[in-house]
Amino acid sequence: MAIISVPAPCGLSRTAAVRDRRQAERGAEVNIDKELLRLMLRRMWTIRHFEVKVIEVHSAGEFTGGAHPYIGEEAVAVGVCAALEDTDYIAGNHRSHGHPLAKGGDVKGAMAELYGRVDGYCKGKGGSMHLADFSIGILGESGIVGSSVPVATGAALAAKIRGDDFVSAVFFGDGASNQGACHESMNLASIWDLPVIFVCENNQYAVTTSYKDSVAVEHVADRAVAYNMPGVSVDGQDVIAMYEASMEAVKRARSGQGPTLIEGLTYRFDEHSLGLGRVRRGAYRSEEEIEKWKKRDPIEIFTRRVVSLGELSEADCEAISEEERLKVEEAVEFARNSPYPEPSELHEDMWANPIAVP
Amino acid sequence: MAQTIFGEAINQAIIEEMRRDESVFIMGEDIRRSVYGATANLLEEFGEKRVIDTPLSENGFFGAAIGASLVGMRPIVETLTSFMWVGMDQLISQAAKMRYMFGGQARLPVVYRATMFYGGGSAAHHSDRSYPMFMNMPGLKIIVPSSPADVKGLLKTAIRDDDPCIVFEDGTLAGSRGEVPDGDRLVEFGKANVLRQGEDCTVVAIAGSVSMAMNAAEELVAEGVSVEVIDPRTMVPLDKQTILDSVEKTGRLVCVDPAHKVCSAASEIASIVAQEGFWSLQAPVVKVASEQVHIPYTPALEKLVYPTKDKIVEAVRETLD
Repeated sequence: MAIISVPAPCGLSRTAAVRDRRQAERGAEVNIDKELLRLMLRRMWTIRHFEVKVIEVHSAGEFTGGAHPYIGEEAVAVGVCAALEDTDYIAGNHRSHGHPLAKGGDVKGAMAELYGRVDGYCKGKGGSMHLADFSIGILGESGIVGSSVPVATGAALAAKIRGDDFVSAVFFGDGASNQGACHESMNLASIWDLPVIFVCENNQYAVTTSYKDSVAVEHVADRAVAYNMPGVSVDGQDVIAMYEASMEAVKRARSGQGPTLIEGLTYRFDEHSLGLGRVRRGAYRSEEEIEKWKKRDPIEIFTRRVVSLGELSEADCEAISEEERLKVEEAVEFARNSPYPEPSELHEDMWANPIAVP
Repeated sequence: MAQTIFGEAINQAIIEEMRRDESVFIMGEDIRRSVYGATANLLEEFGEKRVIDTPLSENGFFGAAIGASLVGMRPIVETLTSFMWVGMDQLISQAAKMRYMFGGQARLPVVYRATMFYGGGSAAHHSDRSYPMFMNMPGLKIIVPSSPADVKGLLKTAIRDDDPCIVFEDGTLAGSRGEVPDGDRLVEFGKANVLRQGEDCTVVAIAGSVSMAMNAAEELVAEGVSVEVIDPRTMVPLDKQTILDSVEKTGRLVCVDPAHKVCSAASEIASIVAQEGFWSLQAPVVKVASEQVHIPYTPALEKLVYPTKDKIVEAVRETLD
């Protein structure tokens, strides 16, 4: 994999690197187990079908509140999670559906949570922005951007103190990269050599504000220099590139060499949030820009590449998509049939060691 | 029983719990050198992995403690109340809300020890008594000890508790002495301490104001007034029954609170008694809390802000008029 170094800001050492952004289109060979390739495709399709369905049923008024589609960004979470074990931890943000599904979270539980039903991950108490499944290391998604970065850093601190070999990965956006919590956490992780992977999903807009207007460096990954950790800017539409960068970061983390900042350069195909009202596209990004990015669909890029290399057949890929589509359909039926919580649930789950309700 | 200074009692609680349970560790600013006194000798006994000096990054390390607690550690964080504002997002958005938001999956055995320095010319940025603001947020257990024995016993309970706790350590008590029972003695949350029995008026006092209430009660004996003094010890959970039972007996209530008077702990106690103990009351409830101003630096003005023994005496007299 080609690594092109960029001029380091402030004359500091060059730890940031930008990966060759078009290796997928060039059809570069892949050296990854077929089963893992299948799994990556499967999880990208799970997320895609899930989000398409969510937009459909949300528009039909089947559940309330905001929901933030991950369409276009699937390769980032899937590439990172493919490099993790079940015993590793992740935490994420408001654009939350992709992360747990990429980690292998149950589709039915995720959908039921969006519907506010008892069979949801959080019994309907968290909703779209707070999916969590502690049983497989999903420590939860935070509605406050950047706020889960210290939490994931703390899980890694526990690994360091106890001598455990798990790592944690945390997903945040280009907008959140400006939060103090992110900066503080990267510094903590670096001075303490914590096994954490900071994954910036740079989808280029914090709601409507371009990262070019809010981030002082060219790549978010350039900031790694200031924390004396490796920083790498990767093609976020290329799940294999994301996976390979993550594998390197995980290897570093597990061997006690500390954190890595990975920036996945990606794009949000849909608008910021369902339920927020439609922002007129031209108001902050052009139709041309959107169309240009849609041509870089991560699932299409992956499928073309593995099929042309003969790694998977077209029929294989179609079958995987169809299986995941059906799984999502089943999840919707499951969610619709799951009951709402009883009123008696209102005060449940406040405390691990319960106290009297005032 | 040994006479122990407040800060030493905290130190004993931490050492005993760190010996007892390897998952307990402590982090904060300048704790290895025990700048505030409560973390002396920890580094020597427990080493750098469990006694962690942090950068000045409250958002970062308040949150790191949360993350560590989620995966099975029992972190103690040392801070000052005034620095809690800096890490507020982690305390509220994560520590307080996580368990409920995630449908009961999260277990957060994390303790924040927050010292309240006030009354000594520390001025507006270092004199916060902020526990009422945290009482307003569901999901946090709020501990307000007033004696060395209680701070030790309550801190030990907090460290073993599986929910996020904030122990508000009153800096005005730092040098105070008291008897601390030997051995592994826990003080249960939600059990008020009736420090003095009385018949005419109930005074509920919090943290550093408890000793003032005791002195006021002593002074009022000369006037033939018998005051019952109650220290709730924890505000969440709050032992309201002990307070209601006392007011049923005395018919009068004075709430003393070093926090600012609006939406104070005193306000909450007054409202509970107004709603649930109304027919016991023979006089309006009186609040003695801090003035609704920022803490001025000059001693000439700062001394006017907080509850005092004299203000409490006056308030009790008012209920008896």
